[in-house]
Amino acid sequence: MSAQLEPIVGRYLRTTWQGRPVRLYFEEAGGGIPLVCLHTAGCDTSQFRHLMTDPAITDRFRVLAFDLPWRGKSPPPVGWQDEEYALTTDSYTEIIRTFCAALELDKPVVMGCSMGGRITLNLAAHHGAEFRALIGLEAADHQTPWYDTEWLNRPDVHGGEVCAGLISGLVAPQSPDEARWETLWQYLQSGPGVFKGDLHFYRADSDYRDRTGLIDTAVCPLYLLTGEYDFSCTVEDTTRTGAAIPGAKVTIMRELGHFPMSENPAKFREYILPVLNEIAAAGADG
Amino acid sequence: MLDALPAAVNGRPQLVHRGRFLTVDFRLTVGAVAHDIHIHQGRITDLRIDGGLLRPWRFQIAAAREVWERFWEPMPAPGYHDIFALTKSGHAVLEGDLLPFMSNLRYFKEMIALPRDTTLFSKEGSGG
Repeated sequence: MSAQLEPIVGRYLRTTWQGRPVRLYFEEAGGGIPLVCLHTAGCDTSQFRHLMTDPAITDRFRVLAFDLPWRGKSPPPVGWQDEEYALTTDSYTEIIRTFCAALELDKPVVMGCSMGGRITLNLAAHHGAEFRALIGLEAADHQTPWYDTEWLNRPDVHGGEVCAGLISGLVAPQSPDEARWETLWQYLQSGPGVFKGDLHFYRADSDYRDRTGLIDTAVCPLYLLTGEYDFSCTVEDTTRTGAAIPGAKVTIMRELGHFPMSENPAKFREYILPVLNEIAAAGADG
Repeated sequence: MLDALPAAVNGRPQLVHRGRFLTVDFRLTVGAVAHDIHIHQGRITDLRIDGGLLRPWRFQIAAAREVWERFWEPMPAPGYHDIFALTKSGHAVLEGDLLPFMSNLRYFKEMIALPRDTTLFSKEGSGG
């Protein structure tokens, strides 16, 4: 009997981040235009496994995703035990550009979700020429907080349970159970303080209302796609952000929430395939 | 309609098991109607629907009747599908000592979503 192997392969990249050595786990599948996927806060690359097993995508795109240090298979930097993790715009931007440069990706597309979507706006504003296109899922220049992140890491509340419990309602009610619970499982296994540390970036160091004016979509096309059930990054947040960026293409996704690629892969593909088709066609033209 | 809540919770072994470390008094308020609920080790052992006669509660979840009706639709609309969507928009208030709620989040979220099951909960007499 032959083994049923998925086309996804995983490897480790040794590099430095904020001046410290790190061991970065990444997965990839497919070939063609590099498509680097950035996971949500408190999560890891497994959110993108469905894209990596979809021939309609992998036939034309080399889909890559890395676990930020502190989660998945990327360990925290040496000495982590005596510090509190806090992601910033500077450190997040650095690790994305480092990853793309180390793998010598030629003008990759970067697609991020939630905080991964937020950072695409900073990439667009300051490094747009390095990318073929940027895709922000559940992304906005700013959004209103809806809970105190102190709940996420304290000894009298189970961290994984509270992380998953907080975000469970960001999954649309139409999402199939199997995908919903796999999405939640990724949060249930959160390491202590990791979601909170990611949210330092999201809450305290990424109000980008000051820089969306710098984005030139003629240099790098920008796509923003948000699910109608996302009450964290709302439809209004994304619409406002897109309206302030000439040329940005905004899509509102019906029956989807904050984790479109993992909570309902079949539904998400209806929305993301046209975007990827457009990007691939632009590459063929140019 | 929340008369059926104790039986609905207590008839779900998985839900009761999830709440086995939880003993608490909390208040679920629908419009002007307070529901004082006592949970003992995951089971609802007392439900009083009488306007809240100066009873203590650790925390309260309160929203207008119309808001709960939209929340309890079998397929709720965006913004009415989760308690935190309601609190963020100001449609609901969650107040008091939130520690028992936050440390048993899945338990409470599943409990308050039970009225979406129309086979268990009558839409008649929703003042209860």
